[in-house]
Amino acid sequence: MSLDSQALALAEQVSAAAATNTPVAIQGSGSKAFYGRHTGDALQALDMTAYQGIVSYEPTELVVTAAAGTPLEILDASLAEGGQYLGFEPPRFGPGATVGGTVACGLAGPSRPYTGSVRDFILGVKMINGKGEILRFGGQVIKNVAGYDISRLMAGSLGTLGIILEISLRLLPRPAVHRTLVHNAAETTAIERIAQWARYPYPLSGAVCDGERLYIRLSGSASGVAAAADAIGGDTLDATEAQTFWEDLREQRLEFFAGDAPLWRLSLPPATAPLNLPGEWLLDWGGAQRWLRSTADPYTIFDAAKAAGGHASVFRGGDRSSTVFQPLDPPLLALHQRLKSGFDPAGIFNPGRFYPDW
Amino acid sequence: MALDTDHAAVADAPPGVSLTELRDALQRGLPASYILTEAEQLRPYECDGLSAYRQIPRAVVLPDSIEQIQHVLRVCHKLRVPVVARGAGTSLSGGSLPHAEGVLLSLSKFNKIIAVDPENRCARVQPGVRNLAISEAVAPYGLYYAPDPSSQIACSIGGNVAENAGGVHCLKYGLTVHNIISVDMLTMEGEQLTLGSGGLDGPGYDLLALLNGSEGMLGVIVDITVKLLPKPVVAQVVMAAFDRVDQGGQAVADIIASGIIPGGLEMMDNGIIRAAEDFVHAGYPVEAEAILLCELDGTAAEVAEQVAQVRTVLEQAGATEIRTSRDDQERALFWAGRKAAFPAVGRISPDYYCMDGTIPRRELGKVLNQIQELSRQYGLGVVNVFHAGDGNLHPLIMYDANQPGQLEQAEALGGAILELCIQVGGTITGEHGVGVEKINQMCVQFNTPELEQFHALKAAFDEYGLLNPGKAIPTLARCAEFGAMHVHGGQLPFPELERF
Repeated sequence: MSLDSQALALAEQVSAAAATNTPVAIQGSGSKAFYGRHTGDALQALDMTAYQGIVSYEPTELVVTAAAGTPLEILDASLAEGGQYLGFEPPRFGPGATVGGTVACGLAGPSRPYTGSVRDFILGVKMINGKGEILRFGGQVIKNVAGYDISRLMAGSLGTLGIILEISLRLLPRPAVHRTLVHNAAETTAIERIAQWARYPYPLSGAVCDGERLYIRLSGSASGVAAAADAIGGDTLDATEAQTFWEDLREQRLEFFAGDAPLWRLSLPPATAPLNLPGEWLLDWGGAQRWLRSTADPYTIFDAAKAAGGHASVFRGGDRSSTVFQPLDPPLLALHQRLKSGFDPAGIFNPGRFYPDW
Repeated sequence: MALDTDHAAVADAPPGVSLTELRDALQRGLPASYILTEAEQLRPYECDGLSAYRQIPRAVVLPDSIEQIQHVLRVCHKLRVPVVARGAGTSLSGGSLPHAEGVLLSLSKFNKIIAVDPENRCARVQPGVRNLAISEAVAPYGLYYAPDPSSQIACSIGGNVAENAGGVHCLKYGLTVHNIISVDMLTMEGEQLTLGSGGLDGPGYDLLALLNGSEGMLGVIVDITVKLLPKPVVAQVVMAAFDRVDQGGQAVADIIASGIIPGGLEMMDNGIIRAAEDFVHAGYPVEAEAILLCELDGTAAEVAEQVAQVRTVLEQAGATEIRTSRDDQERALFWAGRKAAFPAVGRISPDYYCMDGTIPRRELGKVLNQIQELSRQYGLGVVNVFHAGDGNLHPLIMYDANQPGQLEQAEALGGAILELCIQVGGTITGEHGVGVEKINQMCVQFNTPELEQFHALKAAFDEYGLLNPGKAIPTLARCAEFGAMHVHGGQLPFPELERF
């Protein structure tokens, strides 16, 4: 079945669900089923995996348009042929991870502070809203300010505003060279050094500290990387070992990520001094994304993150029927609820997945 | 130009709030001297950078604290009076054109840089701070604020966020939306919300992305944290001349295909080259049909490597002349003509009308040819500057407002160019915003359910439609009217009927 006729069938399914107030769960490969809240309610599944394929890709335009169910492996392979890649380095968290799920979850890998987030790369979207209407926003051009930026709003909305059918993403050329440098440094020293280096135009593409070692990745032209490596110093990690390290970090396969304690993600101003919370830490994104394994009371962590100017979420584990994302202040919460109703008046898309209130 | 027929459409407007009633209510929360209601006081606010549209507001308010803005919003919400926020008033799309029944909310007193945080590479600023003032203030730290719209000397950062302003360095460094960390906004009810956080993302929906480019329709921006970048150590410009415009277009594609993202990549056609050369004497080859300016920045080693690569690509693309800036002085000279392109056209034409469509780069040759065809058809000259890297085209339509009918003709030609951009898969506005100017073309770019979705989103923020009414998103009634009036292939339906 063509994408167009599949889209019409999906839109009909949504209209029918809306008419009967039947909640639906939008599903890709299920690689990120662990993420968000788990309500325990049995929802009608809306499978997106068949809705796949690269709709258009022209390397000289630096833009790809792909159907939501397209596996990242397939997309990556095509982009590699054009010498390009998805600059936000999305984690897979499982085989078959789709581009639609990647955008809906809004997750980015180690290069995020230097290249940008999922939404930074979004140029346009084709979607189905809660009334079963097929809509297009944005486009395939890099600059576009016609109408509200609904396409970027879809990033990280966990499928609660609509079904992503197709997505247009901006691309980056693959860097010619990568190099990983290792310093012995604990958190405080690492945070200071990262802040210093970030004030020079070095081609940084990763900065992570496990409490003992600071890993710095440089990506770019051979000369640019060599010059920056001379300035930064440290031991160069073997190329294969380095690639494995950054992939394991992105896919949460490092030893740090094994274990039962809830895994928290704290999003903070990068230079924030280490927070006094019980548990094990891993600093990523140059300090702007901090992983914490902790059994502390959730509200202790939510409050600490907010006090530091950031926010927190329970990424894996813990009580997933409770609040897993940073609670919103009442006026902001009310705005979220009105916005949700504006897209999905019957409240049928992924109810409860994001916040308990909608 | 005629004002929108739906310009004054405000949902549930209560009948006639008198000016006295409005002024008395405003005075309860801000000094009388901060409220302007006399005709001669209001006149300076009648237009923004798009001076073809003019409208005197009912009142102008000049608050100096967030509490005062909250008071203004609460009063206007209660009395159902429209509010139009204004920064420096440099909008090129009429984004801050006043509303006849409304209050113009000037944010000019919010001009302070609150804090610079070099450790976290960010600065907290008030919305009325000028774009360039940020880079000047953070220069001692080796940092700068990247988005650089041509009006950066004058335009304010609040307006940049509201319009998602661009500039010549967007391809590499992004638009405003990519360079804002968080924003505090006031809702129409006067409630303060923080969008984003001190980290690289915020909790909940990405309302920060949504606020960028929302043209003052969703909230009033009162506090902004911008991202700062380290200043490149070296920047060099390669200038190349071409005998044919399509060769220049192909060279742009070849540069991108070679894996280089230049800091800036600009193209000018012959009309602009001549006008700019006469004006600033940058040494441009005036016989060329197109010139390309390609800026490469980074560390010294990187730039040297990329300059060599780009020169090779340009040679292969058939450039008739290639020059590389030897120092910053020469680099500034190469840019001078491009940056002065608009005033240069101002010297050769009494008036000009700047368009802002974006197209897929591969359509460049076709679009430029069709623009020339339209130019002949409408009898008005068009010259083109092009943010070639990101496909953003600025055709400048030359006309004389003193010649009866020319303004209308320029407007019609502009509309036709925008519709051409949509046809080839582009958009009607890359960086200037829809405002009042391109509101009819929104009816061409979006269908009814899409426009309804925009209205539903707007209603979630602003139930009564009081913030900047009549801009950015057309009403369905307006589109129905425009559709009926729409000129197809130069043929008006029912040509025997009188038009107004």
